[in-house]
Amino acid sequence: MTIENVILEARNLKVIRGGSLLVDVPSLQIREGETLSLIGPNGAGKTTLLQALSYLMRPSAGDILFRGEKVSAGYATLDYRRKLAMVFQEPLLFDTTVSENVASGLKIRGLGSGMIKQVVTKQLNRFGIGHLWDRSARTLSGGEAQRTSLARAFAIKPEILFLDEPFASLDPPTREAIIVDLGKAIAETGTTTAIATHDRNEALRLSDRIAMMDEGKIVQIGSPSDVMNRPVSEGVAAFVGIETILQGRVRERKRGSVIVDVNGKEIEAVGDFEAGANVALCIRPENVTLSLPPAASATSARNVFRGRINRITPLGLVVKIEMACGFPLVAYVTENAVEDLGLREGKDVTAQFKATAIHIIRKGST
Amino acid sequence: MDIILDGIRKAFYLLFTFDAEVLGITWFSLKVSGTATFISLFIGMSVGTAVALTQFPGRRFVVSLINTGMALPPVVVGLFVTIFLWRNGPLGFMEILYTPAAMIIAQAIIATPIVTGISLAAMQQLPKKLRLQILALGATRLQMVRILIREARLPLLAAVMAGFGGVISEVGASIMVGGNIKGYTRVLTTATVMETSRGNFDIAIALGIVLLIFAYMINLVLTQIQQRERPR
Repeated sequence: MTIENVILEARNLKVIRGGSLLVDVPSLQIREGETLSLIGPNGAGKTTLLQALSYLMRPSAGDILFRGEKVSAGYATLDYRRKLAMVFQEPLLFDTTVSENVASGLKIRGLGSGMIKQVVTKQLNRFGIGHLWDRSARTLSGGEAQRTSLARAFAIKPEILFLDEPFASLDPPTREAIIVDLGKAIAETGTTTAIATHDRNEALRLSDRIAMMDEGKIVQIGSPSDVMNRPVSEGVAAFVGIETILQGRVRERKRGSVIVDVNGKEIEAVGDFEAGANVALCIRPENVTLSLPPAASATSARNVFRGRINRITPLGLVVKIEMACGFPLVAYVTENAVEDLGLREGKDVTAQFKATAIHIIRKGST
Repeated sequence: MDIILDGIRKAFYLLFTFDAEVLGITWFSLKVSGTATFISLFIGMSVGTAVALTQFPGRRFVVSLINTGMALPPVVVGLFVTIFLWRNGPLGFMEILYTPAAMIIAQAIIATPIVTGISLAAMQQLPKKLRLQILALGATRLQMVRILIREARLPLLAAVMAGFGGVISEVGASIMVGGNIKGYTRVLTTATVMETSRGNFDIAIALGIVLLIFAYMINLVLTQIQQRERPR
């Protein structure tokens, strides 16, 4: 990565409020044209980080560099703020018409009315609300209001767009439709975007990179598949939907893989760790397959375990199966599979997962 | 019962024939209270907005002072304005006691805390994040304050109405600093007091009806404002 395509950089950024450290980010770079998601539980500091990056909140320490220039020193705060746009969870519309709302950023910049009309028309159409031009913002539905808020943000052609939980208060169908339109708008305009969300699926759909935050720190940053499949800690693993996290110790090191002892059971996983290392094994529920108890011969295969179903929870598209096979294990299967295999609570099944589907986190050796 | 019915009949006669005296007093009341409200609007809205949008030590104390001021007894205001404007008082040299100017000063002092308090509440009722949103749209501080005032325009209108309602209906201060001089400092309330004490109930009721109409119109607008919703 060359320095030219970093549009925004944070260095040693700290936000301290009321004596507590809300954000502590030694280094963060946002690349031109990328969409970066900040994910993490509530209170992880996502919103605070966005506000510090956008200079809506003055950082307690550290620097923000926009295109290599320090904001507030080389770059006046107002000039910087005029290059960005922000959309919050609440649409925060003004008490006027939809078109006046979308025009507000342009009016603040003193643009002419002909120019404003052209831009507003284009943005309203982009978000499918052209017919709401004269409507009072007070009469909009939640989805229409958030579309207006997004159109207002895109109207100023921001060089960087900050989105703070923009879909959190929308119902699922509305959210779905707006995510599609937003994704299109970002792609068409090539706008650099930073989005804070507690919903990992939103992050997966929109982002080029994901930064996982916890207690004010960025604990992992990488491609969506990196963060989803190769979490650096158990905390990240749990947040990204890895339901099975097993504590174990490496018993044997083989070529390219290890045998890990978990509660006396042997699990083979791909990785390179010395014998005796304490590790956590992460198994995504989607990667566990279930079958009916097999003939004795098949059980000698690696990572095949016989267990009993403790609980079955329908999750919509998939069904969550919690089972005990010497250690707790969670699998997602389709409703069809539940029917075909006759799965029910208390039934014995065989679970299987590949050695390559296990992610190993080192916990230090003893 | 006759005394009331007769009074009301005569009162409507006075109103519908546009009696010069009733009309003159009404017009003068509007001028004095309108000017006082206008002055209080300037001071009250600026102070209210400033207190709402800034953080400083002792802010709570200032807010409690403003809220106390909203309940300032007009008689006490009248007393102090009279003392200050008395011939050998601190501002006696101005020689404005028993003039409309003195009434405007007294009424402005009564209305200012009311306008300040309601402006403060109006600005604080706006979502906190709205300020961030306006800044993120690229506004300067001045532009931000202008937009916030525009967003709070209806509750601010309520502040104006409440201020005006407070002073058009007060009698204590007006009679003390104005003196109820016929054709010079006589307003609706002071005239009502005088006519009642003289037993001229017809004109007193006519003046009372005018006051009630003002009160009704003010409250009609206030209710409309309160029933409106903010956009999401």
